Amino acid sequence: MCFAPDVCDIVPVAKMASRFVNYLSPQQEAELADIARRLVAPGKGILAADESISTCGKRLQEINVENSEDNRRRYRELLFSCEDAMAEHVSGVILFDETARQYDSFGTPFVKCLERKGIIPGIKVDKGVVPLAGTHGESTTTGLDGLKERCDEYKSMGIHFAKWRCVLKISKFTPSYLAMLENANVLARYASICQQSGLVPIVEPEVLPDGDHDLETARRITEEVLAFQYKALADHHVFLEGTLLKPNMVTAGQSYQGRYNSPEDNAMATVQALYRTVPAAVAGVVFLSGGQGEESATINLNAINKVPLRRPWPLTFSFGRALQASVLQAWQGKDENRKHAHDELLKRVKANGLAAQGKYQGGLEGMAAGKSLFVKDHAY
Amino acid sequence: MASSSSRFQQYLSPEKEDELRKIANTIVSKRRGILAADESVATIGKRFDTIGLTNTEENRRKYRELLFSTDNSIADSISGVILFDETFRQSASDGTPFVKVLQNKGIIPGIKVDKGVVPLAGTLNECTTQGLDGLSERCAEYKKGGCGFAKWRCVLKISDHTPSYQAMIENANVLARYASICQQNGLVPIVEPEVLPDGTHDLQTAQRVTEEVLAFQYKALADHHVFLEGTLLKPNMVTAGQSCTKKYTSQDIARATVEALNRTVPPAVAGITFLSGGQSEEDATLNLNAINQYPGRKPWPLTFSYGRALQASVIKAWGGKDANIKAAQEELLKRARANGAAAVGEYQGGAAGAAGGQSLFVANHSY
Repeated sequence: MCFAPDVCDIVPVAKMASRFVNYLSPQQEAELADIARRLVAPGKGILAADESISTCGKRLQEINVENSEDNRRRYRELLFSCEDAMAEHVSGVILFDETARQYDSFGTPFVKCLERKGIIPGIKVDKGVVPLAGTHGESTTTGLDGLKERCDEYKSMGIHFAKWRCVLKISKFTPSYLAMLENANVLARYASICQQSGLVPIVEPEVLPDGDHDLETARRITEEVLAFQYKALADHHVFLEGTLLKPNMVTAGQSYQGRYNSPEDNAMATVQALYRTVPAAVAGVVFLSGGQGEESATINLNAINKVPLRRPWPLTFSFGRALQASVLQAWQGKDENRKHAHDELLKRVKANGLAAQGKYQGGLEGMAAGKSLFVKDHAY
Repeated sequence: MASSSSRFQQYLSPEKEDELRKIANTIVSKRRGILAADESVATIGKRFDTIGLTNTEENRRKYRELLFSTDNSIADSISGVILFDETFRQSASDGTPFVKVLQNKGIIPGIKVDKGVVPLAGTLNECTTQGLDGLSERCAEYKKGGCGFAKWRCVLKISDHTPSYQAMIENANVLARYASICQQNGLVPIVEPEVLPDGTHDLQTAQRVTEEVLAFQYKALADHHVFLEGTLLKPNMVTAGQSCTKKYTSQDIARATVEALNRTVPPAVAGITFLSGGQSEEDATLNLNAINQYPGRKPWPLTFSYGRALQASVIKAWGGKDANIKAAQEELLKRARANGAAAVGEYQGGAAGAAGGQSLFVANHSY
């Protein structure tokens, strides 16, 4: 690749002689750090509304709504037209590409609707998982090709953060060294490209809850995965202050048959895994909800924020299913249910906003509160 | 036991974890740090040269007795002392083993366990550190003899092409092996991957290299299952090269140091005990103070593990003469208190001693 002469002019001659090249300018660093900080502001978290077409289809099917582009548009319009009070607890929303290009019924782009509410728009940029040959059903994630150009376009549309999900599975022989190394590396490449385009990368190395392993095993594996992750980010010079981590909470496997683990047990295991691997410089940790029910996810987040261990980063939410289950049930695809659906959404974001500060006292359970939202071997 | 069918082996029992955690936390308790008195025979000889004292075993014993018989209030500022093997086996004039003298003061004895640097073939003068052979047995003996922690120093150098990938991965690995063996024997390992200050490089370069070295270090510790809550890190502060023409303030150093650490060192690490390198006594204190005042995330205690920067004035004041012992001990108390205050960002200055401003830089320093 040849650098055009004007690119060389930007880099002062003295710096060319140094072994280290500036990864980002101070202005770029400041912008990324500011966006990241705002995404994890006290009492706030992220609404993950980036379901792919097929995954969104599954949600709509549960309430007997046809998976058409307009229905997907109507559903997201429902979410984004919630009262402004929503912005007290929602700092950002992750969109899918289709949604980022859609408009509400008044012709306002969704990206603008969110901006007006003071909510930062984000975008899923990965292109899904693909198999790793020679492994026991393990995967990596694609989407690096042309990623720089796509990120530049999203930034020009008013989007300021991105998300990319990798998946690791626990079984007798997995995650393997290859899966951990490869997924950590592809996430680091993605993060590097995002930052060059002014997007804060959310780094998501999800360890799936599928399996019958115990809590201790889940914790050991999460630690291993995160150690690979932060070594890769260091190797790729990623500016940690301008990133977020989106990890799984540490829990025993979905089919685990042994002793009951309380939210406090899960919380302790989770914070132990994080504080042994995640540098303090990382702007914040935004948990995925995995297959947890709405209320469980909130209670677990609350317990995490009360663990008496060093927690130098904000610990908040980036929930999809655990913020939308009751909303969907209340909506049923019908306009006359909009207010009810909005109430459900406000209830859940408020509950999670409190949990992100360790202040949740219960009493905000929604229509789908107790329902497990576990989907086996979940892909988008 | 359920865990025998698990893929993961237990590395330490809960009781052993608790013991290590307790020792580590005590070492970095508020306003306290470590006196590194583990100079090898050759290195202490260099110190004695400056006061014209012969390097005999008895002189080495007398000097350490001077240090360890300082007034009991020294323990308000000194939580641990790192010993050399010879000193571990020596006693005060009244026959009390030095280990006991320290314990009686409420100071935890520690021990240097590495056996010095050796060259890495095929590199540009880079090295690794040896000492793993029989280390477990030696650690068991030191633990039995009253030590609570150990220390092992690796050395990395900055030049155009160093530290190399090989040097970083090898030194990180050998430190992780050492740490694992220590913990199995109930000793808290101080992990010291020193990036030397020699060179003309600027502060930014020093920071980038330190970050790289520490990233390798914590990946290696994770791979070896080391219990981070029962370890301490002994890093260099991030400073420009000794021969760099650009000058930087304590605040510059503090910012570069805290940034490097909070980008690489997990919050679980019990504490950070800086080495002083070639810094003068006063600079080492001022910089530690600035580090503790810097407004960044600092989830671990940040304190000192100083050798030269605690002893330069002591040696000068002593001059090898019994009549000067009290005065020399006063110097130690002064510097220890100053650094104790700096460890909580409360140093007000004015503790300059007999060797206060003198740079203690030794080119390409090894023990």
